[in-house]
Amino acid sequence: MTIARVDRPRRAPSAAAGADNSEALTLRRRHRRRRRLTALAFVTPLLAYLAAFYLYPLYRNLDLSLRDYTVRSFVAGDAPFSGWDNFQKVLDDPTFGPAMRHTMVFTFVSIAFQYVLGLALAVFFNRHFRLAPTLRALFLIPWLLPLIVSASTWSWMFNSESGVVNYLLHFFWVDPVGWLTSPDWALTSVIVANIWIGIPFNLVILYSGLQNIPAELYEAASLDGASAWQQFRRITFPLLRPVSAITLLLGLVYTLKVFDLIWIMTKGGPGDASSTLATWSYQLGFGTLLPKFGPGAAVGNILILIALVFGLLYIRVQRRQEA
Amino acid sequence: MIPTRRSLLAALATVGTLASLTGCGGGSDSGGSSSGASKGTYTFWDPYPQFDASSAWGKLVTSCGTKAGVKLKRTPYDTTDLGNKALLAAQQGNAPDVMLVDNPVVSTLVEAGILNKTSDLGLDTKSIQKNIIGAGTIDDASYGVPIGANTLALYYNKKILSAAGVDPASVKDWNSLTAALKKVKSAGKKGITFSAINTEEGSFQFLPWFWGAGGDLTKLNSPKGVAALSLWKQWVDEGYAPKDVLQNTQTTSWQEFATGDYAFSENGTWQLGNAEKAGFDYGIVSIPGQNGGSAPVPTGGEFVTVPVQKDTGRYDVSKKIVTCLTSDANLLPTDTTLQYVAPTAAVQAEQVKKNPKLKPWVSAVAAARGRTSGGLGTKYPTISQPMWTAVQAALSGSKSPQDALDTAQSSAQKG
Repeated sequence: MTIARVDRPRRAPSAAAGADNSEALTLRRRHRRRRRLTALAFVTPLLAYLAAFYLYPLYRNLDLSLRDYTVRSFVAGDAPFSGWDNFQKVLDDPTFGPAMRHTMVFTFVSIAFQYVLGLALAVFFNRHFRLAPTLRALFLIPWLLPLIVSASTWSWMFNSESGVVNYLLHFFWVDPVGWLTSPDWALTSVIVANIWIGIPFNLVILYSGLQNIPAELYEAASLDGASAWQQFRRITFPLLRPVSAITLLLGLVYTLKVFDLIWIMTKGGPGDASSTLATWSYQLGFGTLLPKFGPGAAVGNILILIALVFGLLYIRVQRRQEA
Repeated sequence: MIPTRRSLLAALATVGTLASLTGCGGGSDSGGSSSGASKGTYTFWDPYPQFDASSAWGKLVTSCGTKAGVKLKRTPYDTTDLGNKALLAAQQGNAPDVMLVDNPVVSTLVEAGILNKTSDLGLDTKSIQKNIIGAGTIDDASYGVPIGANTLALYYNKKILSAAGVDPASVKDWNSLTAALKKVKSAGKKGITFSAINTEEGSFQFLPWFWGAGGDLTKLNSPKGVAALSLWKQWVDEGYAPKDVLQNTQTTSWQEFATGDYAFSENGTWQLGNAEKAGFDYGIVSIPGQNGGSAPVPTGGEFVTVPVQKDTGRYDVSKKIVTCLTSDANLLPTDTTLQYVAPTAAVQAEQVKKNPKLKPWVSAVAAARGRTSGGLGTKYPTISQPMWTAVQAALSGSKSPQDALDTAQSSAQKG
């Protein structure tokens, strides 16, 4: 290719070269078209996948939430368009306020603890002491366990009659606490379980982020007499910022939609003391004998919208960082 | 050039494979649908995943298909899943030919317009007990044949009651029951377990008390409803019942009773087999009404239904299958395996002859009523959900019984 390009100016003045040139042009054009086709062929599977598994379900969910579905019209497929009625119904429901509040508390408290504890552990394991890799691997267990196992285990541990937590507390003369049966504790209990499950994810990503910070920086800092805390404040934390941002965003999206853990442990109860938008959406759609698909889908869409807002926020922050 | 062409080919091949894969998926889907070309295969859904093809139930289903001259393909689903699965299948136009569903789901499916009337199919339901088939009867037309019925009563631990000086025969109304629980507690044992979970199970367990006070489901917050909820709340507050009733399913509630620490357990017919294995002497009393007598209890159990098909020619075979499954000769072994009470008097008599311990259950079922009976139909689910929420709110102490039921009533009215 390089040779051809060097050759070309020399041949350009001759008439024969003109024909040659146009031939080269069509050749190049054909080349380009084929290349574009190739690109398209590679992209098609992805597009097909996105359309089948993201766009269509999203469209269906939106459609469900904008129509007045009863079981009859769901089967017949002739539900009348009802505009924002389902959303209005959901927003007016007395469950909405508490569910929204619980979702926010659940998400932000979970993430705050997961991140802080994950970071602390990552920094700890970054010191490469003996057995550190083994211990780090052990910390991954919550991540590897199927959620049904960990959620059921937590549910047993928190049982108010025979749970191990209350058993331990009784050695300290503490009266049995209704971890999952008292409206004051249910949300806290599911948050505790969720933090435990989320720590490994934060640990792994932040640990890999730490590996990318050059060791010379720490050497230089210690030569300058910086304390361990100062090194963390001035080197680790700022250099970890991009990794932290993506960890927090992913954690946020994961945590917003946590459903299985809460459903297994409390089903959103007692009453609606631990119900979040995710569990409420399921409750509406599948939790009773008479499904309410419309309002259920509306709650799901609100949840998607919240996740989207945070996603856009992340992109903006990232762009500003790059600029 | 050559690499480009090769990669183009590779990409095309990938697309091709993907397309053929999805093609396959579509193909097998339409093959599984009942309206497919294969006339000789009929589909059958039931909520008994605990029974595989080699179980007595699995074999019975197969043989009923063979007798009707077709291959009957059985698919078991989880019972909470079956209603929604059926709605989705009906929407896609591939509902099963015959389907066994939990009785309160029948009215939902009828509302969706996907079940055939038994009279249209020419099924004979005369011998079925009125109150049992009631759960599947909407506007005087029945939409299914019950395969069996179960209901609730109080199991008690004989040893604990005699140690506490309680005569089970003295439990005749709410006051005597609460007094018995108090004695048990002061004897150092635990009182009663039940399930007040926030699902349909919780409503099922609360209904005997609600109806036992004379409550009416269309008026949840009447003084009678409040009395029933206050009774449960009193038990939890006084420590006669454990706090975890809020989380208990009927199975975990039974497990607590099976530890041998509890005097009473509100539980169902289906626990009889486990009761024999529990390792202590047990007895059964019917759930008392507020002022004596037996409280009306809700019926549980499944109905055999025939969903609507595009090809109405299939109903003849479906009818044969239903008749076979619900024939007296087949009901006896089926209800023995499921530990249900048969829906016909003739089979009930045989059941009691074989196992006299079933006698109290037969009379309990005779006094039971369907949750969706009495014209409630699909109103029941919209009442049941606020009701179990109210039970949870009151027992956990976040609301008083009156406030909780007021809230429940207003959301039940909104539907």
